[in-house]
Amino acid sequence: MKQTFDPLIVAVVIVACWQVLHLTVGDGSLSSPWSTLTELVHMLGTHAFWSNASETAKALGLALIIALAGGILLGVLLGVNRMSGVVAEPILLNLYSLPKVTLYPLVLLVFGLGLSAKVAFGVMHGLIPILMFTMNAIRQMRPVYLRASRTMRLPLHRTILHVVLPAVFPEIVSGLRLGFSLTLLGVLIGEMFASQRGLGYMLTSAMNLGDIRTIMAVALFLTLFALLCNGLLLMANRRLQHG
Amino acid sequence: MKTENILRAAVVISFIALIEVLCRLGVIPASVLLAPSTMVTHGVELLRAGKFNHDIGISLLEIVTASIVSVLLGFVAGLSIHALPRMRRALEPLLSSYYAVPTFIFYPVFIVVLGVGPLPIIAIAVLLAVVTMITATLDGLDRIPRALHKSGLVMRLPAWRSAFFIKLPAALPYLFTGVKLAVAYSFIGVIASEFILSGSGVGYAIGYAYNNFQNDDMYSLMLLILITVTLVNMLLNRIDHRFQSRRQR
Amino acid sequence: MTAANTSLNRPAPLRVPDTLPSQTPGEAHATLTGVMRHFTKNGSKELFHALGPIDLTLTKGEFFSVVGPSGCGKSTLLEALAGLSEPSSGTVMFEGRPVKGVPDGVGVVFQEDASFPWLNVRDNISFGLRMAGMDGAEIKRRTDYALGFMGLKDFAGAYPAQLSGGMRQRVCIARTLVTQPRLILLDEPFGALDQQTRLLMGDELLRLWRETSATVLLITHALDEAAMLSDRVGVMSARPGLFIDIVETGWNRSRDSRIVSTPRFGEVNARLWEKLRVESMKVMGAGSAH
Repeated sequence: MKQTFDPLIVAVVIVACWQVLHLTVGDGSLSSPWSTLTELVHMLGTHAFWSNASETAKALGLALIIALAGGILLGVLLGVNRMSGVVAEPILLNLYSLPKVTLYPLVLLVFGLGLSAKVAFGVMHGLIPILMFTMNAIRQMRPVYLRASRTMRLPLHRTILHVVLPAVFPEIVSGLRLGFSLTLLGVLIGEMFASQRGLGYMLTSAMNLGDIRTIMAVALFLTLFALLCNGLLLMANRRLQHG
Repeated sequence: MKTENILRAAVVISFIALIEVLCRLGVIPASVLLAPSTMVTHGVELLRAGKFNHDIGISLLEIVTASIVSVLLGFVAGLSIHALPRMRRALEPLLSSYYAVPTFIFYPVFIVVLGVGPLPIIAIAVLLAVVTMITATLDGLDRIPRALHKSGLVMRLPAWRSAFFIKLPAALPYLFTGVKLAVAYSFIGVIASEFILSGSGVGYAIGYAYNNFQNDDMYSLMLLILITVTLVNMLLNRIDHRFQSRRQR
Repeated sequence: MTAANTSLNRPAPLRVPDTLPSQTPGEAHATLTGVMRHFTKNGSKELFHALGPIDLTLTKGEFFSVVGPSGCGKSTLLEALAGLSEPSSGTVMFEGRPVKGVPDGVGVVFQEDASFPWLNVRDNISFGLRMAGMDGAEIKRRTDYALGFMGLKDFAGAYPAQLSGGMRQRVCIARTLVTQPRLILLDEPFGALDQQTRLLMGDELLRLWRETSATVLLITHALDEAAMLSDRVGVMSARPGLFIDIVETGWNRSRDSRIVSTPRFGEVNARLWEKLRVESMKVMGAGSAH
């Protein structure tokens, strides 16, 4: 009981701080929790919101599929060979810590504006964590599993399919959790200045109009969506934990 | 020299060489990407002429400030949360789902509240980096083996001595991982914020150059960031390596 | 020795182990001839002499243990015999054929827990058979038998994470058992278990050995375990490992853990330690031993 109660208290505290901040800086700078909520509910009833949301969802879905497939494939390839994993890791870490915004102009020049650029941004952000989690999971997989499959004389493809992938599956889901958030971030940022559609675009245009209510309502929606997906993946992760 | 370092250098160099060749041959048009050699020569010119020195200075200031603030704040917060298990359990969902939320969506809010200038940028960068430092601090304190803690008790050390002479050194490798990540996130936070909405800084300069079709300035600045990040990472990794050898396995 | 315990505690006369009808006593089942293993140290050209030269012949159906100080290459020997690694020189033969890769009819139980955490006990045990494409009814038959034999019937649906270390090792042994191996190799299988569990697992291993009539090679660091379980015990020197003694125990095939209370057991143990002590001290870095 206490376990679910305490985080709720934290949530209440956050909302309370929000309210205090609103009272301090005024309605023009920060909407109150209540007005944000009502604005969101109102927004959810508009066609405009949902057409934007579906744009974002489309880009997100595509980007996730590519990031997941590419990340797992490359992760397996780099992780299986000991040397390639060792060589690749610092390069990948470096790319990961690079402010990807520095590559945005390049992406825009290659993909132009629109859906493909957004998907490219998403993949750019999400691929590397999935790749790294998969790669490290394979590198850290207990070697005794491979030896056991050798003593059972399994051919390579069966070893990968029936031993390696099940063994690293929980880590892949962990990588997916991080990759999901980053892909969402990438897609949103892409929409913020490379698209005329989508929730990111809604944010930017609201920003240009000084429409703080819309900004916060969209931000609230995205926060709740992200937390929901993260929570689901976390639950999946816990269920898969082999102990 | 270790085989893996040679291989790594070979991979990077051949990649750069490939891009260089493709650019020179015109396979990659100059309107899309400049040849790496051009980026370097133009970059050197820019630095010498001091065209972007002001922007570079501002960005550096913001990054360093954000790093220091997030590391200190994160460490202190982590320390306090670790000492209060009930608070920790309450904050657990928040900490583990923090990075699920695209923090940038709050950037417009920060601008509205704090105005334009370095302050909202530093704020967003700290917001991005602080939680990873908190997590790393908690992790580091968790991993101090019970045996070390008990040794302190057996030696009858007072609490602060135990903390300073036993716990801190024991947790240091993990804390440093947090520092590495905090610096990386500060970098990302600052540059990205400048790019999206700012009037100064390297991120802004890149965006400005892009909008004005000044590819040469743009790419040289991008290269500058790439090189800086790489060098900072190498430095931090070297220090981290010294810590790693002390880690419990 | 007092008069009272002469008849009960007289060392068992040396006997030829009970043979089963299908076996030819004394037939060589697996051999290692001049086997040596060298490793190169990370990056440098320096050769690290890990094992050998080893000459060993395992007769069909015997139980052979290997003891030795840490780092002497016991596991390397097992890997060479199993076909998991190739020796730098020398030959390994199994059933008259050179070993290249893991031969059919060889089962290995590892030191670490090799049970797959994502499968339950039953699926773990039947894994090898399913991968080999065996007929479903036969798989069920063999798996049920192994579950019963290893005392895992009540845990067939449980997952390894829910089991103790000893139970998990039983799962690994069961997984080997269902493939009906003719040579069973065990690399310190009970290392992680407590003493009492180890003694009982030793009894189980003897039961398994008798039941399957397989040849068994056991690697262990526990002298008493080797002394109790084996027909012969090979004592290895410190690195590079060589056999410095092979002790015949002369036990009956029908033995169990109760032989630990016999004087013969004490003698075997003493003889093993006599040779091993010197080698172990070398590993510990002590100076000259006497």
